[in-house]
Amino acid sequence: MAIFLTRDSKVIVQGMTGSEGIKHTTRMLASGTQIVGGVNPRKAGTVVDFPGDVRVPVFGSVAEAIEATGADVSVIFVPAPFTKAAVVEAVDAAIPLAVVITEGVAVKDTAEFFEYAQTAGTTRLIGPNCPGLISPGQSNAGIIPADISGPGRIGLVSKSGTLTYQMMFELRDFGFSTGVGIGGDPIIGTTHIDCLKAFQDDPDTDVIVMIGEIGGDAEERAAAYIKDHVTKPVVGYVAGFTAPEGKTMGHAGAIVTGSSGTALAKQEALEAAGVKVGKTPSEAAQLTREIMQGLQR
Amino acid sequence: MDLYEYQARDMFEAHGVPVLAGEVADTPELARAAAERVGANSGGVVVVKAQVKAGGRGKAGGVKLARTPDEAAAHAEAILGMDIKGLTVKQVMIAEGAKIAEEYYFSLLLDRSNRSYLAMCSREGGMDIETLAVEHPEKLARIAVDPIAGLDAAKAREIIDAAGFDEADKDALVQVLMRLGEVYAAEDATLVEVNPLVKTEDGQIVALDGKVSLDNNAAFRHPDHEALQDHSATDPLEMLALEKDLNYVKLDGNIGIIGNGAGLVMSTLDVVAYAGEEFTAADGSHPRPANFLDIGGGANAEVMADGLDVIFEDAQVKAVFVNVFGGITSCDAVADGIVAAYDILAKHGKSPKPLVVRLDGNNAELGRSILDGAGLPLLERVDTMDGAARRVAELAALAD
Repeated sequence: MAIFLTRDSKVIVQGMTGSEGIKHTTRMLASGTQIVGGVNPRKAGTVVDFPGDVRVPVFGSVAEAIEATGADVSVIFVPAPFTKAAVVEAVDAAIPLAVVITEGVAVKDTAEFFEYAQTAGTTRLIGPNCPGLISPGQSNAGIIPADISGPGRIGLVSKSGTLTYQMMFELRDFGFSTGVGIGGDPIIGTTHIDCLKAFQDDPDTDVIVMIGEIGGDAEERAAAYIKDHVTKPVVGYVAGFTAPEGKTMGHAGAIVTGSSGTALAKQEALEAAGVKVGKTPSEAAQLTREIMQGLQR
Repeated sequence: MDLYEYQARDMFEAHGVPVLAGEVADTPELARAAAERVGANSGGVVVVKAQVKAGGRGKAGGVKLARTPDEAAAHAEAILGMDIKGLTVKQVMIAEGAKIAEEYYFSLLLDRSNRSYLAMCSREGGMDIETLAVEHPEKLARIAVDPIAGLDAAKAREIIDAAGFDEADKDALVQVLMRLGEVYAAEDATLVEVNPLVKTEDGQIVALDGKVSLDNNAAFRHPDHEALQDHSATDPLEMLALEKDLNYVKLDGNIGIIGNGAGLVMSTLDVVAYAGEEFTAADGSHPRPANFLDIGGGANAEVMADGLDVIFEDAQVKAVFVNVFGGITSCDAVADGIVAAYDILAKHGKSPKPLVVRLDGNNAELGRSILDGAGLPLLERVDTMDGAARRVAELAALAD
């Protein structure tokens, strides 16, 4: 089954005609995603040619694209200054899932479009500043390379893009139901908890791998959720044990403030909830491998 | 970006938040002149305040009352150059003296947990608010603020009511909170804090101190914010990296780190630090990461060269770890980048340091064979992240 994204998902791309949009739409198509349209008001009515004789129509708005194609997922590549308007448009059109890839979005804009989506109640947001999500062998909405790993029964949720790739690579022998990159910004649409809940309910996921990093308290909250609601085995990894206090480490949200947001606190909270936490990505992969092998016996 | 108090004061003033006169000075002479102007309305009384981005300035002796311009100059002399929590005081603010009747606390900040904004307010200001929050949580009102509606009149009144202020002060406080909310929204702040917010003896509400953090991602709509950036305290290597548009943070160890993706680089720092515990240099120390450097998804030759350039510039660095997982970028492109980077660095007259490279993921085999065939001096290849971390730690421990 997978979570949030399946072979039946009909995907549109906001910002498809920009350079990043073209590049990644090509990749998404190559991995089997049903891309049914692009959105750009200035190029409405045109068609974009992709390799393999694929012709994708461009619509003037998300609402028009949905009406014409029945799209239920939008992947957003528009530049940061225009991202809020793009998300608001997607929410107004009540698209069920909007995946915001764009990085460098002002946190005020994210706070506002998140609040807007919450109030509307029709749209799940993933991101911003995330690699998107992939259900290998089914569909790929974002920039996660589809050739790292095939389908399988591990569910993955991660704040970090490259660690998502790293973990999928290490566990490629087992494969994944869905890998979700939720992004490392201070405010994000879909959280670790949302993904844990969906993986717990997904009959095609046996084990959940959760990757966190310094900053905020999302991992601690996820730990509390796991304790009460998750019966499937969860393996964790947290990055940033050696990060100094008060310095932003690449991701806007990756910062230790005073004594809060440390990797150690997150690891301890996860372990207290019964999560096996790897000291390195490879160790976390090994812990997952052992659980998968145990289940297969 | 965190602002200095005087920058926050000026920003408050621009948005109609009541503040007292204040001027910044970086010599005792300028402090004397400022005190003559600033003290004109307060009988000559001014406060000389160290401008550093750290709390506890008062306890450290960085805040002094002066009754005359001469006294202000003498205090400035003593405070300038002072070390407060590892930061050198380079400027003082000469602030108009105030007759304080009561001290309050107010802040508006990004609430990551609730993905919203949070206002905090207390009738008991002046002290360390984290202590108050722990010891007397009932005295600190915490009210969620809708990011779209912002801090409007109704919300300001709700906050003031929750903090239990006297009826007579409420209208004035509501006005001040709305102005502070405007600072937060209009300037793309992630924190606006006033501690203390005071009532003077003549009943005025005044922001006597200010702490403001601005969102760097919003710089595109605030061209004026660049001028608020103080690079004088920035580490020279961080400055060099900034000029090259690199995502770099200086750390205190001796192993240079380059990777692609923030999460992977953070993870690399950890793995290298763990590996460092296994090795001991001649002086008894353990090798540790010297920096964080994320060259991002598209690791081209020029970015790789810029990154190596900054890291080779760091005299503390004994060995370097390049840790790349080819996701979107393929490893052969990264390998080509490293080879080209060596050429560029040679042209700059830089000699290489011991370098351990781990390439994995997309086209890893091809990337590895390019590096193996290039015969670059002092370069070693290790296939796993953990193995490469151990090797680079060993090399750093062995160096001199």
